Amino acid sequence: MSNGKSVLVDTSKCTACRGCQIACKQWNGLPGTKTQQVGTYQNPQDVSAQTWKLVRFSEGVKDNGKPYWYFFTEQCRHCLEPPCMDTIAGYVDGGAVRDKETGAVVFTGKSKDAPFEDVRNSCPYNIPRQDQKTKVLAKCTMCLDRITNNRIPACVLSCPTGAMAFGERDAILDVAKKRVEELKKTYPKAVALDADQVRVIYIVVDDATKYHKFAAA
Amino acid sequence: MTNHYIDIKNADVILIMGSNAAEMHPISFKWVLRAREQRGAKIIHVDPRFTRTSALADHYIALRSGTDIAFLGGMIKYILDNKKYFEEYVRDYTNASFIIDDKFSFNDGLFSGYDAAARKYDKSTWAIKLDAKGIPEKDPTFQNPRCVLQMLKAHYSRYDLEKVSSITGTPVEDLKTVYELYASTGVRDRAGTELYALGWTQHTVGVQNIRAMSIIQLLLGNMGIAGGGINALRGEPNVQGSTDQAILSHILPGYLKAPVASQTTLEEYLKKNTPKTNEPQSANWYQNYPKYMVSLLKAWYGDKATKENDFSYANVPKLDDGQDCTVLNMIDKMYEGKVKGFTCIGQDPAVSLPNANKVRQAFANLDWMVHVNIFDNETASFWKGPGLDPKKVKTEVFLLPAAASMEKEGSMSNSGRMLQWKYVAEKPPGDALAVGDIVYRLVNKLKGLYKNQKGAFPDPIVNLAWNYADGKGNYDALGTSKAVNGYFLEDVTIGDKTYKKGQCVPGFANLQADGKTSSGNWIYCGAFTADGTNLMTRRKKDDPTGLGLYPEWGWAWPVNRRIIYNRASVDKNGQPFDPSRPLLKWVDGKWVGDVPDGPWPPLSDKEKGKLPFIMKPDGVGALFGPGLAEGPFPEHYEPLEGPLSKNLISSQLNNPAIKIFAKECDLYSGCDPKYPFVCTTYSCTEHWCTGAETRWMAWLTEAQPQAYVEMSKELAELRGIKNGEKVRVESPRGKVQCVAMVTTRFRPFQVGDQTIHQVGMTFNYGWLFPKDCGDTANLLTPTVGDANTMTPEYKAFMVNVTKV
Repeated sequence: MSNGKSVLVDTSKCTACRGCQIACKQWNGLPGTKTQQVGTYQNPQDVSAQTWKLVRFSEGVKDNGKPYWYFFTEQCRHCLEPPCMDTIAGYVDGGAVRDKETGAVVFTGKSKDAPFEDVRNSCPYNIPRQDQKTKVLAKCTMCLDRITNNRIPACVLSCPTGAMAFGERDAILDVAKKRVEELKKTYPKAVALDADQVRVIYIVVDDATKYHKFAAA
Repeated sequence: MTNHYIDIKNADVILIMGSNAAEMHPISFKWVLRAREQRGAKIIHVDPRFTRTSALADHYIALRSGTDIAFLGGMIKYILDNKKYFEEYVRDYTNASFIIDDKFSFNDGLFSGYDAAARKYDKSTWAIKLDAKGIPEKDPTFQNPRCVLQMLKAHYSRYDLEKVSSITGTPVEDLKTVYELYASTGVRDRAGTELYALGWTQHTVGVQNIRAMSIIQLLLGNMGIAGGGINALRGEPNVQGSTDQAILSHILPGYLKAPVASQTTLEEYLKKNTPKTNEPQSANWYQNYPKYMVSLLKAWYGDKATKENDFSYANVPKLDDGQDCTVLNMIDKMYEGKVKGFTCIGQDPAVSLPNANKVRQAFANLDWMVHVNIFDNETASFWKGPGLDPKKVKTEVFLLPAAASMEKEGSMSNSGRMLQWKYVAEKPPGDALAVGDIVYRLVNKLKGLYKNQKGAFPDPIVNLAWNYADGKGNYDALGTSKAVNGYFLEDVTIGDKTYKKGQCVPGFANLQADGKTSSGNWIYCGAFTADGTNLMTRRKKDDPTGLGLYPEWGWAWPVNRRIIYNRASVDKNGQPFDPSRPLLKWVDGKWVGDVPDGPWPPLSDKEKGKLPFIMKPDGVGALFGPGLAEGPFPEHYEPLEGPLSKNLISSQLNNPAIKIFAKECDLYSGCDPKYPFVCTTYSCTEHWCTGAETRWMAWLTEAQPQAYVEMSKELAELRGIKNGEKVRVESPRGKVQCVAMVTTRFRPFQVGDQTIHQVGMTFNYGWLFPKDCGDTANLLTPTVGDANTMTPEYKAFMVNVTKV
């Protein structure tokens, strides 16, 4: 049996063009929300029921005095053992389902009956959000409708630099491993975050917390 | 680009300077990063601000806006002092060995021949010495102190590390890092490429910025090779096409020169513009100029263009001698009330042009404006904009709805000179038409009016062939494209081949000066084969050289050559300098690889061999380049508005050849404490230019909703500004309110003994929509342009920033 699918996000190749953020909205029919400039390139400020994919920007100064600017294109990790699914299952049947073939984890309309805060708190990556009106929980679906129809996720398709890849989990793990080995020559801290536990695997070259508080579990 | 996007992957060192490639040309970074991944290439980003490009570079190097020539001049000195140049290439393929005229001189920031009153140079002394046969005098040993290489060395001897650092604000160590790394490509088996964009062009010394880099690329042997070149990343997807087709006032299609009034006959025009050479091995390709001009006139005037009437040359509009009709002058004349009507297609000059208050006032002096666009914008609606009373604006504005790019068929020319054909994805909404169709109908209407009502000089309009419709009388993009390519107008025999009347001309080498061919743009000639096959539709993924040329994907001008000046990639015997990147190779009497820059054998064939730089009369790359307004060697001058009262390298503060505008709204601040901070402007990834197209897109305005000004923590502290607070940015010409983005990505510069702060703003916003997004940074920018091109100096001027 196949080990399902995976997405690789190699942040060392991400230019934060935000094509993925927009492509996600386009494919999934999510609206552009009203935002304000608050002194950062990052907008919206957080993921939401209307924003399932968000490029986070984090800046600072390196030890050598030069600036750094890290980009982290946030989305649901599609955990192999998703705690959100367990939490929802504790309250309602079928509020979250996992696609057998791909491993994609999807919230359904029934998720409105699960207590949102509990679900959110159960996620080590702080991903689940709730639609204010319908109370249905929302997050990235790994473009289940696309990937079960021989198409790659919209975000992966939009990436101009090849920072994102989609494929069989085993193959993606293999690519991730090789890439990390290569990156380690220049960046000793390079690592594929939580690769054993998640389907959406991020490669970072510095401490995960410098990218985002919840970048790693 | 001399090269093309995919070719970036062949580079060993990628210098990104004058460009924010990752943000403005996201796809370029696919190839930049591939070069690093596959070849271990090093990426250098030199920019006043740490951007998304810097974030991915191996080396981020800061410099103060407007000091690129100082930076590059230091690199030229480093290369020459340390003999890092590629000697064989420099000796044989550049004018390094040529002897400069005795009367040429340079002293304290000025070259010989300067007329201060006219702000112009008499360039007669900027010349190469010719021998009795009219051939340049040379010293291939470079011993002669008047040879170009020695004169170059003397010119840049002043640009030592400390001097350059004091001007640019770049630490000496950082300068050394770049110079050493980039100069490492001056060998056979390493290639360095340069990516630039508006960060170099939008200065009063814009062209000279690029010249300085061209000198470096020639010295290092990086021109004409895979992974090398000097590569202008162009703006919108088809902006290369727009310049190729001469949407500029000084040229005709294919970069032919716009005629001037004193050139009253075709003969005079051709004589002036057809270069001659006595250099025996120079191809001097522009000797074919008459073929291209006559074919253009035949394309425009068809049967009405005859040998007897000078091929209707008299119908072509002429500039007055010395007249400059570029956009700053156009607005200036509008402001004076001397321009009555204005047709504006696909632009938003009320947001994009400098000194936007002047521009908006100028529009109010028009009788009419026709605006063609896919959305309303601040230009079409200028009459209800801030500061204008609609009741008092007399200008009548017509807004014509246009089809968007995916709603029309046609060619797109990308920065790599590649033309790709595209089809209609969706019909345009409502009454919207393709711009080509709008222009087609408009001129048909004009033809009718001139025919019926005559007018002072109807011929130029009435006699236009204007054969751009299909059999049903509808505008035909494919037919127009074929007319641009050109036809045989009679049966023509070339060599052993006879072409029939009505066939497409398969390449500009077949164009004729006797009226037997037409071509609306000689450089596009060859996009169709003789039987009319459209090569721009090709999508074959074969890559025989392995260098990413993909010769059967689309079609590139000229003649499907993917890297121009490629004869410079081989030695005199036609063997590649770098066998691991064989762009071209002479094998068994034939060229293998890219389409060579001309069919001739290699240079060692003294009879038929040609020098590599075929578009230059001398056949070689010009280290000494006497054609520009401000001198044959680039020299550092401060921006018109800068933080220094004295140029640290000469007594000449600003570019001596720039035009100074003097309307009451053309205010400039010198070294004025009221405006103490350097400001630069730019776009962001999420919006396109003025945002006139992208601000209507909710996903994009969500990502970048409002105007902002980026500033250092040090400056914010100085002004008591916190991140995210509203601030006012002010110049002598205007003020804008926007949001402060306080960031470690901007740092103060140490320049001479001063600490200089720099801020940066986007020009992506306008008052029309969304209502709370702010207005353009161009309310602040000065009306001043490059001395050669009049490209505005958007990148360096002075402002004040205060908390609101």
